[in-house]
Amino acid sequence: MTTTSTTYFGKPIKRNEDPRLLTGQALFTDDVDLPGMLHVAFVRSDYAHAWVRGVDVSEARRMPGVVAVFTAYDLGDYWRPGPLLVPPPPIQRLVFNIRTQVPLVKDKARHVGEPIAVVVAESRYLAEDAAERVYVDYEPLPAVVKLEDALAPGAPLIHDDLGTNLNAHVIQEKGNYASAVERADVVIKRRYVYDRGTAVAMENRGVVAHWDAKAEQMTIWDTTQAPIPIRNGLAAMLGLSEHQVRVIAPFIGGGFGPKIMMFYPEEVLIPWLARKLNRPVKWIEDRRENFFATTQERSQIHEAEIALTRDGRILGVKDVFLHDAGAYAPYGLTVPINSQCTLLGQYDIANYYTEFKSVFTNKPIVTPYRGAGRQHGVFVMERLLDAASKELGIDRVEIRRRNLIRPDMFPYPNVIVFQDFAPLTYDSGNYEPALDRVVELIGYKQFVEEEQPRLRAQGKHVGIGIVTYVEGTGIGPYEGARVTVETSGRVSVATGIGTQGQGHFTSFAQIVAEQLGVPVERIRLVTGDTAEFYWGAGTFASRGAVVAGSAVYSAAVQVRKKALQKASEVLEVPEEEIELVDGWARVKGAPHKAISLGELARRANPLRGAVRSGTEPGLEATDYFGPERGATASGVHGIIVEVDIETMQVQIKRYVVVHDCGKVINPMILEGQIQGGVAQGIGNAFYEQLHWDENGQLLNASLMDFLIPTADVVPRVEMDHVETPSPLNPMGVKGAGEAGCIPVGPLFAQAVEDALAEYGIEINEIPLSPNRLFELVQEAKARRAAGLPAGR
Amino acid sequence: MKRPVTLTINGERQEVAVEPWWTLLDVLREELGLTGAKKGCDRGDCGACTVLLDGKPVTSCMVLAVQADGRQVVTVEGLAAPGHLHPVQRAFVDYGAVQCGFCTPGMIMAAVALLNETPHPTEAEVRAALTGNLCRCTGYAKIVQAVMAAAQHGGAA
Repeated sequence: MTTTSTTYFGKPIKRNEDPRLLTGQALFTDDVDLPGMLHVAFVRSDYAHAWVRGVDVSEARRMPGVVAVFTAYDLGDYWRPGPLLVPPPPIQRLVFNIRTQVPLVKDKARHVGEPIAVVVAESRYLAEDAAERVYVDYEPLPAVVKLEDALAPGAPLIHDDLGTNLNAHVIQEKGNYASAVERADVVIKRRYVYDRGTAVAMENRGVVAHWDAKAEQMTIWDTTQAPIPIRNGLAAMLGLSEHQVRVIAPFIGGGFGPKIMMFYPEEVLIPWLARKLNRPVKWIEDRRENFFATTQERSQIHEAEIALTRDGRILGVKDVFLHDAGAYAPYGLTVPINSQCTLLGQYDIANYYTEFKSVFTNKPIVTPYRGAGRQHGVFVMERLLDAASKELGIDRVEIRRRNLIRPDMFPYPNVIVFQDFAPLTYDSGNYEPALDRVVELIGYKQFVEEEQPRLRAQGKHVGIGIVTYVEGTGIGPYEGARVTVETSGRVSVATGIGTQGQGHFTSFAQIVAEQLGVPVERIRLVTGDTAEFYWGAGTFASRGAVVAGSAVYSAAVQVRKKALQKASEVLEVPEEEIELVDGWARVKGAPHKAISLGELARRANPLRGAVRSGTEPGLEATDYFGPERGATASGVHGIIVEVDIETMQVQIKRYVVVHDCGKVINPMILEGQIQGGVAQGIGNAFYEQLHWDENGQLLNASLMDFLIPTADVVPRVEMDHVETPSPLNPMGVKGAGEAGCIPVGPLFAQAVEDALAEYGIEINEIPLSPNRLFELVQEAKARRAAGLPAGR
Repeated sequence: MKRPVTLTINGERQEVAVEPWWTLLDVLREELGLTGAKKGCDRGDCGACTVLLDGKPVTSCMVLAVQADGRQVVTVEGLAAPGHLHPVQRAFVDYGAVQCGFCTPGMIMAAVALLNETPHPTEAEVRAALTGNLCRCTGYAKIVQAVMAAAQHGGAA
């Protein structure tokens, strides 16, 4: 590891938060228990697409223990479609049709599981019993299930008033693709399918709301990645001041994106119910609901082509794709824009034409899920290169190497507009060393030249894969932080983002420790409580460490300045001669001349006497950080697999990651992020696919049917790092949260294709499964028997 | 109608009046305030609610409270005295085996159960013993490493 080590920054420091989590003491939303609390169950649509002609709640209202049952019509003015969270970026000729989710279905259900009525009772058991006695009069409609059908003539209309199922149409261009084709020796065209999965955070969503009528204060515990925007939105909806609403995102059992979605119907309704009924109200999503009511991601179909010279130089890429928005599109175009903007990856490509249509379907809403569209772009680019490698007879590593952006080309302009509304420009990068390192670590040459032929001769089906990717991370707008030295000498730090397992309690403490010379365990972090910090956006797009971390850094630097200034006055030596060590400000070379930070904090907040005008009390600072644009991280993954030709199970023999996310704050936490991301990527590549029938019914809505990787199938990932600092923030960091999962699909496809090379299959879809591999091999055998060429 | 059951929880005998359909998990979490065991699926699929029942790991969402009558229950809260950590919990800190922490209590209980039965497991045995406990954050590697390390340091309680 090439980490620049200091006292705290860059060290694998053990996590401050772990003991609470390990002993069952950490507070998660479902652990909130308030006196007199009521419980909620939702009546959800049985149909993917149906008119709701009536809802009969009379019997449910009479059930024992039932306090209230509400339908859309009972909400009055409170019923309104949710806000558009992310407006479309400023792209010319862009078409965007806004349709956002509603709190309860009024007239038409647009996906299975959409909430129609809400039952409030003394216990969840009673609420669920009563929910079964709510009778909904449906008039079922044909559903739009397949992405390709959404824009077909005569397709059922999901939003009738719109007259189309088109959510958006976006074209972006860099250079001129047509000119690239004119000069090309070869143009390769393919169709790629990336299908839908779901995040499956181990903690389902949940909301608890408490209205204190006497204090006129609303407190909400919410499994959200974005407590501050939730507070702002709910205050507006409820007609309260933002200062009357406190949103707490306590410990969150995994986020991965769907918990940044807002405002979920349940999120809007639970606080309203608490106020209306003047009692605390709790709703915790069950696992089955999670498969319908929590947002999902991934379906896209790409028609892609690549123009190359004979020696493998990429002249241009064209990609036209369909994107599945689901029934509503509150999150704007983040996911498909990420697909567009990640596709070119680490390669220097002068000409790029990219066009997509986002369409409404009768499926749950699509919002970002870890990777957030980036893996689709990487899949298309890397698969195109694999096809080109075969067609041109150029080794797969070599064809990639020939096209890498060189270190002297940064900042590298990709021209098209990114999700942060700025033209996509890579800030920094050094790609070839990471590729070399993966080739070396996995023993590419030795495997291809010796091991693979030897194992193949023994009848084994082994394959290798190597792919590259970039990840746009750390986007704006901004985050803030407050750092306070308390009179005890302890330090408290508050920031507005939520935390879902990323280790912010420790990594942010390390940033502060480095500036103030206070041990990490004496630094208390608060994230995700709007009472502790007022401003901010949330945890998403691999931005916590970059944006909130930089704000923590700036605030800590200011506190350091204040401490040095104050210590200089007290110790009567110039600031330059003072160092901050172990909670003390002491004179360099004379450590007995010292004053504790706690004592300095006390003196900075005197109870009597006069202070100079303009002096701020305390050893405290608040600061904000907003990057001008996102920082581009990068990496290379390598894999060796063996396919059991009888069962089509794929065993991962080796998995290597060389990653560059700039300066590393805590390598232990970083390795955990990458290992975990790879595990999700493996799930996405081989285990996890949502299956729908022609009516839009989800067929595998349980953890017994929708398989996520278990402890016996995820290998230990071998890791190394390249460190190319970002010039866009003071610490030089880039985000890492999504890196592990982004390139796994094309990596898996390349390696499995290689393992099954004797059948000449080509894998142009993700997720795969043993069953799907079996079908592909059978098709290949049939083609061969019919005397047709191998391949697609 | 509620009936009384006697549970010995973390070494302490407790009488609780329970409805016959209440699960052990709901009684632990809602009646006794022991919220360490988590409800991730309520169907026995995810393992987040794992506790020891007479020393054996069970998913407490699949055990009715009345079935636990007269039996010994150990939850994650009862592995070590307050302010202390069990060797398996300690190893989880040392090896960075926790991310969001939601699966962690169940994972710890499954690991403790394994080490009680098999004090020196192979890596494959550790992985097999944890297959009933889903984790979405860590990718398992550091968890397996932590359990192996705890075993080396005599992690069985």
